Amino acid sequence: MAMTMTQKILAAHAGLPSVSAGQLIEANLDLVMGNDVTSPVAIHEMEEKGFHKVFDNEHIALVMDHFTPNKDIKSAENCKKVRTFAKDYGIRNFFDVGQMGIEHALLPERGLVISGDVVIGADSHTCTYGALGAFSTGVGSTDMAAGMISGKAWFKVPSAIQVVVTGKPQKYVTGKDVILHLIGKIGVDGARYRSLEFTGDGLQSLSMDDRFCIANMAIECGAKNGIFPVDEKTLAYMKGRTSREPVIYEADADAPYDEVVTIDLNTLKPTVAFPHLPENTHTIDEIERIDIDQVVIGSCTNGRIEDMRAAASVLKGRKVADGVRCIVIPATQTVYLQCIEEGLTKAFIEAGAIVSTPTCGPCLGGHMGILASGERAVSTTNRNFVGRMGDPTSEVYLASPYVAAASAVTGHISSPAELD
Amino acid sequence: MKIQGKVHKYGDHVDTDVIIPARYLNTSDPKELAAHCMEDIDKDFVKNVKPGDILVAGVNFGCGSSREHAPIAIKASGIACVIAENFARIFYRNSLNIGLPILECPAASKAIRDGDEVEVDFDTGVIRNLATGESYQAEPFPPFIQNIIQKGGLLASLK
Repeated sequence: MAMTMTQKILAAHAGLPSVSAGQLIEANLDLVMGNDVTSPVAIHEMEEKGFHKVFDNEHIALVMDHFTPNKDIKSAENCKKVRTFAKDYGIRNFFDVGQMGIEHALLPERGLVISGDVVIGADSHTCTYGALGAFSTGVGSTDMAAGMISGKAWFKVPSAIQVVVTGKPQKYVTGKDVILHLIGKIGVDGARYRSLEFTGDGLQSLSMDDRFCIANMAIECGAKNGIFPVDEKTLAYMKGRTSREPVIYEADADAPYDEVVTIDLNTLKPTVAFPHLPENTHTIDEIERIDIDQVVIGSCTNGRIEDMRAAASVLKGRKVADGVRCIVIPATQTVYLQCIEEGLTKAFIEAGAIVSTPTCGPCLGGHMGILASGERAVSTTNRNFVGRMGDPTSEVYLASPYVAAASAVTGHISSPAELD
Repeated sequence: MKIQGKVHKYGDHVDTDVIIPARYLNTSDPKELAAHCMEDIDKDFVKNVKPGDILVAGVNFGCGSSREHAPIAIKASGIACVIAENFARIFYRNSLNIGLPILECPAASKAIRDGDEVEVDFDTGVIRNLATGESYQAEPFPPFIQNIIQKGGLLASLK
């Protein structure tokens, strides 16, 4: 029976010759991930219920990235709990301040996820690793605990939407614009419970950082996972990062899809999602003047090196507008160092932006840039729900690093083309 | 197993950031979380909710973050069951895993009003609106899910 790419990976990890949509399966996990918000709950659950062993101390990753460097005593206690657990159980991939980066940028960078893997993570943006041709999905803390104990998780095999990408993006159009466009088209529940399987010759012109960004936001249309075929770019990215052998799965030519959605990259424009849902998208040319108070450039969605380069290309030699706070957060220590080596950090600071150590921070209203009542931010993050970045009356506009940086310069939501 | 309670009604796409804002995620204590449940869309929820009450909402309830703190906050606030047209998938899994009963029922989601008194039978999936006399049929939980709910969560059911 013909299968989607996702179904083939799940079948292989369940030890089954084939699976079909709706089937309940138990799959072996290649990695179980958690952070400083979700892991303490999982650890508490495990220990309270009397489990004192993990299935494997190498295939668990614990990343202290949300409220770190710790913003208050309670967050510090949470990290301490995870740190102690990691030590007691000999967890090899424990990333504390100094090594940590934002989980979904860090794990691929460290080669901890590769093509063909099945990964669960107690964070909804775990779907990011679909960019590598892996099946990865977000779960809660209890599933994380069960995964750490057993190395397995149960899944309902998803059906899929095929997203056919053609053409080439224009200047200033990035992966962020592709995924915002898609979410605007199908809605925040358009792919609920299903896979998004990307295909088409347009993928050639999307870099790995574009693909990470696109897969990252699959959850924002409700998808269980978003997945890309493995090509030479994927293989080049993984080279030197892992000693494991990637396994390449391909969807069958006659794989069953619930729907087919097409995206012509030629026609896309920089896109912005208005409050308070990621589906409220507008292209940059149809936006009236909207003044802003803050810009955030970073996150698991857009904190990678290409994002930093894009932002710096706009900010270099310019100034952040009076009355605007511009916060730049490279996603990992490696990206941070690259920013310094390439002179991007200098460009940010000279423009009047601040550059922070890696953290999820303001994306979820944690710390490092909380909004006051009525304030407005343009952010390269992934969610613009009520109260997401601070006060419930504040507003978040989601956009690419180019648009965010241009908006920082003008003080209102702007296209970088306006500055050319 | 049957429950009966007063309904707190909400709309579509109620996300986990409004169920429990991230500014409170520095704790996982159910009581502390419950004290802030729903506060960004309904400041009075915490004041009004009573043990055994029922939460009813529209489509895609629980979308967004994977934080298990969201169903924990709802359960600890006293809510005995959530009924929605449908749920976001991570929230759905998390709720059952911690033993919070949740039912998908479009008819009930549309017809039930804020403040109605409603009875839910988990064995049959029948939802009765005592205010109007109407009944709606939801898919009953299979035995293994009933077992998780009765034992109080997935890990407890594994022992």
